[in-house]
Amino acid sequence: MIKSLHKRESELANSKRQVEILSNGIFQSGDLPKFKDKISETNQFPLKAKKLEILQINVGYMCNQVCEHCHVDAGPDRKEIMTRETMKQCLEVIKNTGAHTLDLTGGAPEMNPDFRWFVDEASKAGIKDFIVRSNLTIIRANKKYHDLPEFFKSHNVHIVSSMPHWTKGKTDKQRGDGVFDKSIKALQDLNAIGYGIPNSDLRLDLVYNPSGAFLPGNQASLEKEFKKALIDDFGIQFHNLFAITNLPISRFLDYLIASENYEDYMYSLVEAYNPAAVANVMCTNTLSVSWDGYLYDCDFNQMLNLPVNSKAKHISEYNEELLEGRNIVISQHCYGCTAGAGSSCQGSVA
Amino acid sequence: MQKTYYDPADLKKFGKISDWNEELGAKFFDYYNSVFKEGNLSEREKSLIALAVAHTIQCPYCIDAYTGDGLQRGITKEEMMEALHVAAAIRGGASLVHGVQMMNKVNKLEM
Ligand code: SF4
Ligand code: SF4
Repeated sequence: MIKSLHKRESELANSKRQVEILSNGIFQSGDLPKFKDKISETNQFPLKAKKLEILQINVGYMCNQVCEHCHVDAGPDRKEIMTRETMKQCLEVIKNTGAHTLDLTGGAPEMNPDFRWFVDEASKAGIKDFIVRSNLTIIRANKKYHDLPEFFKSHNVHIVSSMPHWTKGKTDKQRGDGVFDKSIKALQDLNAIGYGIPNSDLRLDLVYNPSGAFLPGNQASLEKEFKKALIDDFGIQFHNLFAITNLPISRFLDYLIASENYEDYMYSLVEAYNPAAVANVMCTNTLSVSWDGYLYDCDFNQMLNLPVNSKAKHISEYNEELLEGRNIVISQHCYGCTAGAGSSCQGSVA
Repeated sequence: MQKTYYDPADLKKFGKISDWNEELGAKFFDYYNSVFKEGNLSEREKSLIALAVAHTIQCPYCIDAYTGDGLQRGITKEEMMEALHVAAAIRGGASLVHGVQMMNKVNKLEM
């Protein structure tokens, strides 16, 4: 298993260094336009936050996997975990916000010792769509997690899980040896209790991100391919596929640089820039909360340590009026959200 | 002076061929785009055919383009290689089948 950038003491473990890389080189020389200048062409700068619709909470960077492309730099060696105290502060907001979606992510959110308590409490708030981003293998990782599918079902949790390909080779290469087989078993367990079955209210969606330095193809075509292969080979069903572009940060940035793909990748993101995707990038209706309660425009900005541009900086200071209409903090990684059909945690946006 | 005949950056300039003949350029690209749309064959199948043909005509631009296109569509490297062997088999077979012509000639001329 590879180690996180933090454990390796890589220079990219430092978010400042990442922001520097994204601001210098081809963007400083003018070979490629900065994101700010690009969106200014269509008068979309500054990007502004609209009404909050999705509250995404990162309950910790610990994970049982160490995927090569991980933008969180998650892994078993990461110890940042949200405390029950911070969860209580989040619950106050969850109860009072008009957001229609609550989205728990990590790391592997299930590894937070207070995860079940939090889900229990949060589900009482009656939010319409309650998502847990589960990496699937956690369900099979240890006996204490085997009952997670039932737990999710009893709280009517919407499961969103990563699956980079319908073949073992491509999946294991990106996510680690044995991940494919465990993921298949977990999906079968979820199907067995009703998740992912057509017309079932128990939502099971899959996330696809490319296993390499290329952009995702058409979301609808990929969904068709995934559905056909998973049903034919394993009898597995799921609802929707979200095709997500890998953003050039953290471990994916490390991979791009090490494989000498960084510049070409940035060129392809800029070339695929779609002004129509800008209006719907997820930061316009999402707020991301870190394990220690700080607020960010999105999970990517959280990892780059670019906090919200607002007086309300922490979940304990949450204030809808202060946060709505704030200017979004952008950098060149944002090109990942506006390439082609656009990309967000819910897949394509344009 | 340019040191090589091929420059990867030229692939992105393909559309510029229309600059010197707009009418025919537009017709070509219109036709090209229609060809690759889903029809009786899927876009995926067409991408694999394009990749195989690209290798047959040994066009580095097309190889670049359709390898990338295949990856975006989730086509595996094993599938790509299989498609290439189809191209290679037809190409090799095309040489070899002309052996019949050679044999005919030899049989005719030799005592
Ligand atoms: S991509 Fe997800 S499953 Fe993989 S290491 Fe990161 S948080 Fe864990
Ligand atoms: S990376 Fe974050 S801030 Fe940038 S466009 Fe995407 S969602 Fe918005």
